[in-house]
This record gives sequence, C-alpha cells and structure tokens, in this order.
Amino acid sequence: MLEIRNLHARVEGNEILKGINLRVNPGEIHAIMGPNGSGKSTLAGVLAGKDLYEVTEGEVLYRGRNLLEMDPDVRACEGVFMAFQYPVEIPGVSNTYFLKAALNAIRKYRGENEYDAVDFLSLVKDKMKLVEMDPSFLNRPVNDGFSGGEKKRNEILQMAVLDPVLSILDETDSGLDIDALRIVANGVNALHNEENAAIVVTHYQRLLNYIIPDFVHVLVDGRIAKSGDKELAFQLEEQGYDWAKDLHQPAPEAV
Amino acid sequence: MSTDSRELEKLTGGDYKYGFVTDIEADTVPKGLSEDVIRMISAKKREPQWLLDWRLKAYSRWLKMTEPHWAFAHYPPIDYQDISYYSAPKTTDGPKSLDEVDPELLATYEKLGIPLKEQELLAGVAVDAVFDSVSVATTFKGKLNDLGIIFCSFSEAVQEHPELVRKYLGSVVPINDNFYAALNSAVFTDGSFVFIPKGVRCPMELSTYFRINSLGTGQFERTLIVADERASVSYLEGCTAPMRDENQLHAAVVELIALDDAQIKYSTVQNWYPGDKEGKGGIYNFVTKRGKCAGVNSKISWTQVETGSAITWKYPSCILQGDNSVGEFYSVAVTNNRQQADTGTKMIHIGKNTRSTIVSKGISAGQGQNTYRGLVKIMKNADGARNYSQCDSMLMGDRCGAHTFPYIENDNDTGQIEHEATTSRIGEDQIFYCNQRGINAEDAVNMIVNGFCKEVFRELPMEFAVEAQKLLGISLEGSVG
Repeated sequence: MLEIRNLHARVEGNEILKGINLRVNPGEIHAIMGPNGSGKSTLAGVLAGKDLYEVTEGEVLYRGRNLLEMDPDVRACEGVFMAFQYPVEIPGVSNTYFLKAALNAIRKYRGENEYDAVDFLSLVKDKMKLVEMDPSFLNRPVNDGFSGGEKKRNEILQMAVLDPVLSILDETDSGLDIDALRIVANGVNALHNEENAAIVVTHYQRLLNYIIPDFVHVLVDGRIAKSGDKELAFQLEEQGYDWAKDLHQPAPEAV
Repeated sequence: MSTDSRELEKLTGGDYKYGFVTDIEADTVPKGLSEDVIRMISAKKREPQWLLDWRLKAYSRWLKMTEPHWAFAHYPPIDYQDISYYSAPKTTDGPKSLDEVDPELLATYEKLGIPLKEQELLAGVAVDAVFDSVSVATTFKGKLNDLGIIFCSFSEAVQEHPELVRKYLGSVVPINDNFYAALNSAVFTDGSFVFIPKGVRCPMELSTYFRINSLGTGQFERTLIVADERASVSYLEGCTAPMRDENQLHAAVVELIALDDAQIKYSTVQNWYPGDKEGKGGIYNFVTKRGKCAGVNSKISWTQVETGSAITWKYPSCILQGDNSVGEFYSVAVTNNRQQADTGTKMIHIGKNTRSTIVSKGISAGQGQNTYRGLVKIMKNADGARNYSQCDSMLMGDRCGAHTFPYIENDNDTGQIEHEATTSRIGEDQIFYCNQRGINAEDAVNMIVNGFCKEVFRELPMEFAVEAQKLLGISLEGSVG
C-alpha cells in the first residue's frame, strides 16, 4: 500500500529525514518511535503533504502512485488521513458542518453521492459512540475551546467518519490521561481491518499497550535505526532511547 | 513573499459578476453643480417650495465645507463639477404597475437575482427598486396599505405625505452634519420612505435594491424610516453597480427614527463595483447612516456586509436618547485588491440604562486596507449605560492592512464599556487542516472566513445571509490557491 524509498526531507534548509525506507501492507499497524527531534513528525507531515517540508531525495508510492505529486486535499481524497498532534481550531465553523463538508468532498472526488443532512447525522451519531462523545459536541465550533483530550477524540471521530485507507497518527497519545488514551485506542482498534493500515507515531511505549503494532521502527537522527515487532517497544521502554542511539551507525558520507 | 502569500494572491482573480450596463434611454442633467441644477432637480420632481429651500440651504452650507480627509483612505481629488447630479430612465410618467416598467429594466433586475414579478408572487418581500435615481417599481403596496404602512419612493412620499417627510427629514442627520450629508441634502434625487404606524409590526421584510447604471452619475439617495410607538420593521438594502473605468460617487443618507417601544432592523449587503485589480474604477461609497432611538425602550439594529466599492466610508450610528433604548451594530467588511474601507459606528448614550453592542469583522486580502473606526460616548445623564464592543480583523496575505481606532468617551461614573479586539492571519495551518480532510483551499478559505463572520451573518434575515456568504466567496475568489 505504501512504499517509502530513501526519503530525504528538510525544513528551512536543515535536513531532518536522511533516507527513510518503509513498506506498509494492508492490514498492518506500524509504530514509529524515537526520541524528540528524530524526525517522526516530519515523516508524518511529509506523508500528509505539509508544504513546510521539502523533499530532496527519494520517493513515496501510495497504491502504486507517486504520493508526493498529489496536493494535500487529493491525498486525503485518496484515503490518506493524518490525526494531528495539535488539531487546529476553526472558530465559528461547527463540527457538523466541517465533517460533512470533508466527507462530501471526498465522496464527490470518488464519484459517490453526497450525503444529505439526515444520512450524515445518523452516520456521525453512530461513529460518535466509538469515541464516547456527547452529541452536543457536534454543534460546537471545530476544536474551539476543546480540552486536549476532546481534540484528540475529535481526530479519531473524523477518522471514523472519513474511513481512510492509510491513517497516520501523529503523537495522538501526547497530553492524554489514561481514560482518554483508552478511548482513543479503542476507536483506532475498532476501525482497523484487513483493508486499511495505520502508522502510529509516538514517543512513548504506553500507547502500544492499547494499540498492538505489527511492526515497531525506531527512528534516530532521520533514519530507521532498528525495526522489530512489539517486543522492540518494551525493550525501548526499559533501556531508553540511548540504547537505540547506539544501534545507529552513521553511514559514511559519500564523497 | 512566502508560498502562502503567493497562493493568497491567486484568489484575486474573481471577476465582478454584476458588471453589465443596461441600455436604456436616460434623462440626465448636464454635469456640474449649481443653484440652477438644484432648482432643476426640484422642479423635475415637482417638489414643494419648502423642500427646495431646504436643498438650497444645504447647498449653501456645503459650499462652505471642506471634504473630510481623516479617513484611512487615499484617492485623487474628486471634481464635483464633473458629476451629473440627476439621471432618470426616460419614461413620461411613473409606472403604475410592473407591466408598465421597461422590460430591459426588469431584465437587469433578473440578472441581479431579484425578479420582481416572482418576488411579488412568491417571496413575500416588498421591493422598492431604485434604478439610478428614480424609484421604478414598488410591489406589495396593497397589502402594506391595509396595515397603514407607507412604503414608497422618496419622491412619492414628498407628494403624498409631505407632513411626515417635513417632520422627520434631517431630524437625525442635519443638513450641515458633514460634507457628504450636506451634498446629499442639496441634490438627493430619490430613495425610499417607510412609515410604520403605531402598534403595527410590519409582516414582511421591506427591501430596496439600489443600482448605479448611467455613466458619470453620482447616486445620492435618501432613505427615511420612521417606526411609530410599538411598531417594528426589518428593512433590507442591497446595492450593485456596473463596471466603469472612472470612479463613481455614491453619497447616500439614511435616517431612522424609532419612537417609544419601536424597533428597526436595517440590513445592508453592499456590493458596489470595487474597481479592477489595479484599483482602476469602482464606487466611492461615502454614506451617512444614523438612527435615533427617540423613544423609551426603542431599539435600532444595523447589520452590514460590505464587500464592494473602491472606498467605503460609513459609520451607521445610533443616538440612544430614550431611556432603556438599545443600539446594535454588526458589520462584516471585506477589502481585496486595492479596496479601502474605513467603517464602524457611533453609539451615543444619552438616556438612562441605554445599551449598545458592536461586533465588527474586518477581512483584508490582496492590498486591501480595512479600518474600524468607532466611538462609544456615554453622556453625563446616561446612568447605567453599557456598551460591549468586539472588533476582529483577519488578514490574508502579507500586503494588506487592518487598523482599529476605537474612541471612548465616558462622562458618567456608572457607565460600563467593554472592548475586545483581535487580529489574526488566516492560518496556513487552518487551510492545511481542511486540506488534510479533503477540502480544497478555496472551499477551506470560504469556510474559515464564514466562520469568522458568523456572529454577524446570524443577524441577517435568512435569504440575505445566504447571499452574503456567496458574496464573500466571490469577493475573496482567487485570494488562496
């Protein structure tokens, strides 16, 4: 489904990603772990199409097509979803309106009928149960005045409604208490199936107690230093990222 | 310039949808202003002597006044002798019904999206359409007549209800109030007149559609709305103008009077031609709008959505004279390309326990300049007066500007004044967030901007709110790629 080959990217002239290789198949959950500044969020941002990042080398194939050539909204319509680390507030725009606009934009792109208000509401109300949200929240402006936990739950609700092929969860666990963490993880698990895939970006092993990954990759200094199964996450938790840093042997500079 | 700004610039490609000229023979007086021209206008309209005297007095005051330049706007000097002060579609007598109205004229209204015939039958909106200077068609008169409501062109009111016109004309905006009001008083050609009698709630929205058609004519319309005791009315005003290379002057005066327990709601969607991308052409919209809450417990509410005009200079205001009276001002002003807007309100608290609310939303894109200028004044005897003001500005791109000048004068210790102001840049982050959910950039901007203006739009009558949202989209088209 997703194939990342030798991906290099920089932000304002600084190279952050220095050759990422990763292959994600349908039905898989991949965890990307790593210390602060290792490039985790950059990787998520590049995949979603944030123009802050400049790709200098490498390629990303998504269902056989060049992902990097697609505009961010096209990527979304093609089924790429990112749950934001810091969900953005849009004052004055209600959640219902926003979600319906998003869903219908995607359906229109795919040549499907747009939802009317009635169908949409019944869909949303159904999905809201997944993240244990009160219906009153639908009338509130997008993320405006939401607590940290509410914002993250809202991201998962959007994911549930938009039903993506590839979900990228960028530090979705940050700032969540244990209850919110459980709710968010349950939502992600419920949405997972053999057709879709998720990349879970996290600093802590904690989230992986709830979302069990098929693969764990440790990102250090812009490269994947080690890959393994979920045991790798426990190892990291016990031994810390310094251990992982030692694994990383910088490649000799090309002359 | 950042990528974002460049993309923002792209949106300025929106073309003016209403830029057509209607080919109708017009009765236009030669350019220039003099006592003779005023006498000619007055004679053409078969006005009584007292009104001619009033005009001439205004003219003599105007001659001694100088054009104000304190607004945050820049434009070349206006040659007041290069303007024609009267233009009327050429028909002998006023039309008695829609059937007598020139079909070309009706077609123009169709293009504007206000098919009068259909409205008459379906919409339940009574329209007094002003084409250039003369009111051409008034609908729903019969139904309103039954309730004793007077809704007609200003000229007709002068003929049919001279005592009312004479009593209230200039009672809120005196002839020497300001340069443009004095000019209007001298040369105004037509406009609308509304009188709602005691205890009557007007059962429909009253609506006027102004449109400037002829080349080189200024439009000086005059609107006077009086709500007698316990009466209420909601009035809608929409404006468009064809594309012209030269700048056209529009100096209107609107006066509202609310007596005891009366309510007036006045909504404007202003979409005059804003000029092209380089700032050529466009309407100079220099307007004086003021309401007087003369009676106790009265209420006047202004809502405006200003997307057009090269320059907008207007401050719909409330004089809160009656005890417990309420004044409101809700405004959205958009400036794109080279547009300039200097707008706001004045709330003058005179009576006891008077309250006022100001919500102003300014949106600047391209090289637009947007200024909020407002005054809240609490007079010595206005015990318990309260004001709440909120002024928010949104910037799109890095070549536009937002400016806020809130003036506060409080002469009473019991007065309470609250002022909140924010300035935000339409966020790359917000647009990206929408993109990531499948919403394209243009729709994202529309959504974000409409969300920003929501507190104002919800004050508009339903059909107007929909139109305002569309207009906002058209005005900002191309601002974001």
